[in-house]
Order: sequence, then structure tokens, then C-alpha cells
Amino acid sequence: MDFKIVVIGASLGGLNAVQTILSALPKNLPVAVAIGQHRHRSSDGELIRYLQETSVLPVREAEDKQPINPGIVFLAPADYHLLVEPGYFALSKDAPVTFARPSIDVLFESAADAYEEQVIGIILTGASSDGAKGLAKIQAYGGTVIVQKPDTAECPIMPEAAIKAVKMPQILPLAEIVPFLNSQIKSQILI
Amino acid sequence: MSPRHPNELEDIEIKLLLEGIYLYYGFDFRDYAMASLKRRIWNIIHAENVHTVSGLQEKVLHDPACMERFLLSLSVNVTSMFRDPSFYIAFRDKAIPVLRTYPFIRIWHAGCSTGEEVYSLAILMFEEGLYHRCRIYATDMNEAVLRKAKAGIIPLDLMQEYTQFYLQAGGKSDFSEYYTAAYNGALIRSFLRENIVFSPHNLVTDASFNEFNVILCRNVLIYFNRSLQERVHKLLYESLRTFGILGLGKHETMKTTAYENHYEELDSDEKIYRRIA
Repeated sequence: MDFKIVVIGASLGGLNAVQTILSALPKNLPVAVAIGQHRHRSSDGELIRYLQETSVLPVREAEDKQPINPGIVFLAPADYHLLVEPGYFALSKDAPVTFARPSIDVLFESAADAYEEQVIGIILTGASSDGAKGLAKIQAYGGTVIVQKPDTAECPIMPEAAIKAVKMPQILPLAEIVPFLNSQIKSQILI
Repeated sequence: MSPRHPNELEDIEIKLLLEGIYLYYGFDFRDYAMASLKRRIWNIIHAENVHTVSGLQEKVLHDPACMERFLLSLSVNVTSMFRDPSFYIAFRDKAIPVLRTYPFIRIWHAGCSTGEEVYSLAILMFEEGLYHRCRIYATDMNEAVLRKAKAGIIPLDLMQEYTQFYLQAGGKSDFSEYYTAAYNGALIRSFLRENIVFSPHNLVTDASFNEFNVILCRNVLIYFNRSLQERVHKLLYESLRTFGILGLGKHETMKTTAYENHYEELDSDEKIYRRIA
């Protein structure tokens, strides 16, 4: 399977969890990474700087119609929904979904629409049920789904909701998520 | 027949729906950005108590009232007064000094929705001593939102939040001087409204209608796909005088368009550009 995009959803406690994942990702990652992290609507570039500090991959806030290029980490900007179209990102200011903008469901569902089975979805820590519907859609469209093991999450509510919404996801402690990702996309790295 | 991917049928149904609306009503959504459009369409499907895109198609084509609701759902954008205060600060710092040198300032606010951001701009121009020299053309494709914008009445319970935004946006006065409490709302004072013209205009199907010194088109193009964005950028470019100022949304970029080299950045964070060629 040639994956195109890894989408990650995180809320409460997500800062550390996302940083842990990003710092373990290898250089020349053959897929793009898009992150929906719940954040305050006026939060600025601080989050990018924090995540960039420990990541070898470039970390950027996604701009509207920006091409989805492999080896780059794109973060949903504050107060916008981030959506995936075939080949590029799109933004919207539509009403919050499950009280969130950016919404993880919006990111995940659009990724499934655009790339079907070539999507890997990951739900991390959070105190919300956002992302559960989106992860189910990724699975229904043939993508791969991963959930952080709830008892290793700072807040288990979001992983638990995601586990309920899908059939037999990969449930992994934080430290084992990147090795599993690498095993899934290994063949792409060799090419 | 073997079942195919669920995506495939949905995409065909949406194409048919948009084509039907275009042929029958003349509103062209065919080049809207698909992912956000699809979400809005599904919200409408649920609100209209139908179950499929095809079901919505039948209702929209046979029931003009349903089409009105469809149009409203697709054109109402979440907005507020002094939304993104940092934009107004950058506009004061970078655009106002340029505009001071003009005897008369023609402004186009494209996609003005219910008018909150138009009145914010009017207040800013007033505080900079330029409002008497400017005319603001505020347009939207939807006449229902324009009527609301023209009325200039803002729900009173929102004014507390807007006062905060106003102060963060570098407001120089007492925000309550700009409205009077009336009709269960805050009525924008008439001296702020006299230089504003609200009028219907569809960026997708209508042509340029004047030459402007300033065009604001913030968080409107994000709903269009790349080819439509390119067409609308052409329209904006042709409607802007040389050295005129263009303001886009914070995460919109010129970089993916053919017009990048025709502008210089006045403020790269707030996406304020100046036409140079």
C-alpha cells in the first residue's frame, strides 16, 4: 500500500503527545502529516516553534490550497477547519463541529474522501469525542486506524471514544506508534 | 452489478445537483472547493429531512423556498466585528499611511456577509480621519444577508465580545459611541453608514464594476477551488488600481496564483498586499 497522508487528532494533553510523535518521525518521510490539534482561536506561532524544536521534518501551519507534499508536517491553523482535497489542503471558517474549530472529524473525513485507503488516521489524548466519526470514515474507506492506548494518554476520553467507533484499531502506547507507522510505510521508504 | 466505492456515487450526485442548480437558477457552485462544499451540502440534507444528495436535488429544483434556504446555507459565513484584531492593527500601520495620500478612497468589501466587518472598517476609517473621503462598496451574492447588513443591527449580547475585539484591534475611542441600543440590538449610528453602499455581486458570475483603491476579500476565496480562485484573482486584480491595496484572510496566499508577481507584501502575516504592476 502506498500511503499519501497521516492525519493526527489530539486535544487536551496533545502538546506533549504530538511532540513525542513528531520527534520520532524519520527524515525523508514519504508521506505528508496533517495535525488537527484543538487550540485557542487566538493562539499564535508558539505551537509551531514548540513542535519544530524537536522535529527533523519541517512543521508549518497549512495555508489554503497548499500542495500536500510528503516529508512535511502541516498543522491546522487556529480558528479554521483544515480539509484535505486530492493534492492540496483547503481551509474553512464554517461553524465549529463538536465545539471545535479546527475539528478533527472534518480533517479525517475529508482525508478519507480524498485519499480513501491511502490514509493513516491516529487519535491521541483528549477530553472530547471529536475524531471518532472521522476515524470510522477512514476505516470504512479502507484506511488504517491507530488509537493511543487510553491508559497511556494524559486524557483517555478521546481515545476511548475512537476505540468504540471503529472495529479492531491498532491500540498502541505512544512510544510504539511511530515504529508501527514506519513498518506500514517501510516499502515506500525503500523505493 | 458489483458495489462500487461509496465515494463514487456521492461525487456523481453532487455534480448533478450543482449542474441542475446552475442550469435552472443560474447560481454557479460547480467550482467551489469540494471538501467544504460537501460538508455544507450534507448539513442541508439533514436540515431538509431528505436522505441523499439526489433527494435534495429534487427538493431544491422543485421548491424555490428550499433553494433560498440552500443559498443562505452556502453563503452565510460566520463573522464578527473586528474579527482577527491583528488584521486591523496591521491595516492601521501599513495601509492607512498609503491611503492618507489619496484625495478620495474607493473601497470594495467583497463577500461582506451580514456586514459586521464592513462597519468595523468604517469605524477604523473614521478614527483615522479618512471616513469622509471614502466610499465603501460592500457586496455579497446573497440578498438576504445584504438586507441584514444594510439594517446595521447587531445582537446586543455580542457587543461585549466585540468591544474586546475593538480594543485589541487598536480602537481609539469608546466603542459604545458607534451604536445606539434599539430594537433589542445595537444599531450602528447613521454617520457610519452614510458612505457605505450595499449591493449584490457574485464573484463567480459577475464582472468587475469599478476601480478601487482598496479591496478586502477575506476568507471568501477559501471556499473556491484553484481554477475559480484564479479567475476571481483576475477579477480582483482588474478591479484594483495600480498601488491599490488588497487584503486577504490570514491563511490565504498569493503564492499559488499567477498574480503573485503583480503584488508586493505590505504585511506578510496579515496578508495585506499592494498592487505594483
